[in-house]
Amino acid sequence: MTTKEPIGRFRFMNEQRVNLDGFATPAPELGLVAFNGPNDPAPSLVITAGRITELDGRPESEFDSIDSFIAMHGIDLEVANEAMAINSLDFARRLVDPNISRLDIVRLASGMTPAKLAEVLSLLNAAELVIAMTKMRARRTPSNQAHVTNRSDDPLLLAADAATAAAFGFRELETTVPVAADAPSNAVAVSIGAAVGSPGVLVQCSVEESAELALGMRGLVSYAETVSLYGTEQIFTDGDDTPWSKAFLTSAYASRGIKMRVTSGGGSEALMGGAEKCSMFYLEARCVALARAIGSQGVQNGGIDSAAVAGAVPGGVRSLMAENVMVMLRNLEACTGNDALMSESDVRRTSRTHPIFIGGSDFINSGFGSIQRYDNMFGPSQWNSEDIDDFLAMQRDWGVDGGLRTADEEEVARLRRRATDAVTAVYSWLGLGDFNKAWADEAVDAAGSKDITSGDLMLPLTAARTIMDTNVTMLDVITALAENGFDLEAQRCLDMLKARVAGDYLQTSAIFDENMNVLSLVTDPNVYSGPGTGYQMTPERQQQVDTIRQQRSVADLLSEQQSFVNKNISELGIAEVSYDPRDVVIGVSPATGKDIWVTLSGLSVADVIGELLAGLEEEGCVGRIVRINDTLDLGMIGLTAARLSGSGVSVGLQAKGTALIHRRDLAPLANLELYSVAPTITRDLYRMMGINAGRHAKGATPEPVRNPYSDEAIEARYHTKVVSLVAIERMCVSSQPPQTLVVT
Amino acid sequence: MTENQKGFSSKNVSEVTVEAIRRGDITLDDVRIHPDTLAHQAQVAKANGNPQLAANFLRAAELTSLSDETVLGYYDALRPGRSTAQDLLNIANTLQAQGAKINAELFRQAADVYARRGLTAK
Repeated sequence: MTTKEPIGRFRFMNEQRVNLDGFATPAPELGLVAFNGPNDPAPSLVITAGRITELDGRPESEFDSIDSFIAMHGIDLEVANEAMAINSLDFARRLVDPNISRLDIVRLASGMTPAKLAEVLSLLNAAELVIAMTKMRARRTPSNQAHVTNRSDDPLLLAADAATAAAFGFRELETTVPVAADAPSNAVAVSIGAAVGSPGVLVQCSVEESAELALGMRGLVSYAETVSLYGTEQIFTDGDDTPWSKAFLTSAYASRGIKMRVTSGGGSEALMGGAEKCSMFYLEARCVALARAIGSQGVQNGGIDSAAVAGAVPGGVRSLMAENVMVMLRNLEACTGNDALMSESDVRRTSRTHPIFIGGSDFINSGFGSIQRYDNMFGPSQWNSEDIDDFLAMQRDWGVDGGLRTADEEEVARLRRRATDAVTAVYSWLGLGDFNKAWADEAVDAAGSKDITSGDLMLPLTAARTIMDTNVTMLDVITALAENGFDLEAQRCLDMLKARVAGDYLQTSAIFDENMNVLSLVTDPNVYSGPGTGYQMTPERQQQVDTIRQQRSVADLLSEQQSFVNKNISELGIAEVSYDPRDVVIGVSPATGKDIWVTLSGLSVADVIGELLAGLEEEGCVGRIVRINDTLDLGMIGLTAARLSGSGVSVGLQAKGTALIHRRDLAPLANLELYSVAPTITRDLYRMMGINAGRHAKGATPEPVRNPYSDEAIEARYHTKVVSLVAIERMCVSSQPPQTLVVT
Repeated sequence: MTENQKGFSSKNVSEVTVEAIRRGDITLDDVRIHPDTLAHQAQVAKANGNPQLAANFLRAAELTSLSDETVLGYYDALRPGRSTAQDLLNIANTLQAQGAKINAELFRQAADVYARRGLTAK
């Protein structure tokens, strides 16, 4: 078979990044199907003498360990018969009905089986999922979580990046390790960095289940998340756990006053070859039911590490969001995925996240990669440090609180320095290791671990071993902080320990605000009931969302222009009509050489005028610069100039750089040539315009110069500046007659 | 945060200060949750529509008196293929004797289900 080269249109399309993604033909027998797998059961529930004897089509004698645990612990028998009798479409409609309260829905959902909730949620379309998420999430105030990791487990960089993430508003930080034995060092470094950045930031270190719990018991981390559930018994067992061991682990965390949530996600069973011909969504429904049954306060789901598997099949991205909403229906905290990168395409990854960003969840990302992609030891996230400004702009665009805020550069620099100072002091004081100044300086400045050349790669391992061998706890870290003058950070770390005594942050969806208030289902319940209800930003928070560091005012632009004042442009007096046929007037706008000195292309107005004059001179014409004061309209500027011009031909120029060639017999809005895209006009083009104006003056018909076009978003880059520059022009408009200018 | 809360050691949390830690007067048990507090949180969870979370807090309350090592050991015993049904029943009996009745029941259930589903030690 000869392979035929596709036509150019398809060669071009094939080159686009989206075509790096894998797209699967649905294969239900492998579990590669979002909804309605061949083995997905119809919902059913039979209660005999107070116990569940049939669950989703399976009799008690055939229950696997997951069914058994859900049947024994997970279904509220008091409402089960009422709930299971409700028509699924009717219940689906209640999810988007603002007149039916969240409480009514969670009460009934607690009596529904996994297959029942899977059936209900498969009936919601994308827009309805957004409404359901807005209404059903547990905590009123949305929030976000960051990944803070790096390739070398560099404690200085971890601390600096943790402080940075806290400064940008993340309320949970998740670290992990490329080298498992480094974990205790990472936990200490990130906890210190978080305390430098803000009070009340929760920290976890994702490692093997027992090791993670041990870190929590020492107070070195303040929550846990990597407690994985799976939807089939085989894969659950392969994960070295059972529903009973997970239930016990859940209680073990609570027994030490440590917040935890479990992790699951559609597609994981298919990825591991054990989907048992069930759909991703049904298996996830089992996980979510089990999460509730074992008493976890929350779930991290939405594909997680298998998000790309779900993304590969039709409807898969919708199923990921439906998983999140299912967690909310079970009255649990929803940490809504958007972590593992599920597409090479910026469009697809934004599309996957956006409905959740709009609807709002307890944590929009269950790991926004606050660090460089290459430093993310979970693998690149769906959102990474290069996307922070995008995310902030999206919050501002939609008036949405996605949990982030703009951080001031000088403040971040100060926090990074303090974080590295604190880690240096604590590690030294506890005998964990010594850092040199060059390393610390690099960590403060680094955008990622590749910027650090002075690090000692063995230090984290040595530090981690010492932490374990000498039984370092958070009490020791607090002592070390206090002994070295980091009183604020010592107090913040202590506050996180004391929070365990109160236990209020064990409740569903708990985070701390910056005053150490717990925001949770209990203290900050979501009571959305239509427009004007539910979460509303405070004026202060609105201000944070609205004020990004890139925004500029007219005053900012005016002062920027003032730094380019050119004393070589001077005014000579009123301009007269010329009768010299070689005379070509360059009519400039009112602000030219007065308040505006640089065009949108970055050329000075003096340089632009210089090129125009030189072009005219090449054609044997004499240019004359006249400021037209009574209009900012470029056509009128050109026409007024043409009427003063001896040749009858003029060049009109706005200070922002837009230019045209005009003639006195034309209508104001007509012209001979127009250079409309000011940001792209180069010196050569202005020279060419001068030449063409000269040729027109001599009665010739030159070939018009083409406007340069590019694929840049010229309007996005310059339109806000144009609005300000035009405003400045308007301020300069007066009834003053045309003035002659000279450039010396 | 409630300032008159007691830690596992019964020390009032208001006595836990950076200064006290520096003096070496504070142990992890002073900043560990008290079973009474977990019992209270269980009531809160139940009142907020989550009896399973409440049950978890009550199991947790029972585990507060066990050492970290014991808790980690019991967790390991429940992992697949680690224990025979009898091992699990023995732990259940130990827990029952210590007053950890809910956890004892959890281990008894596990013994039953693990035996039926082939999750016991071979």
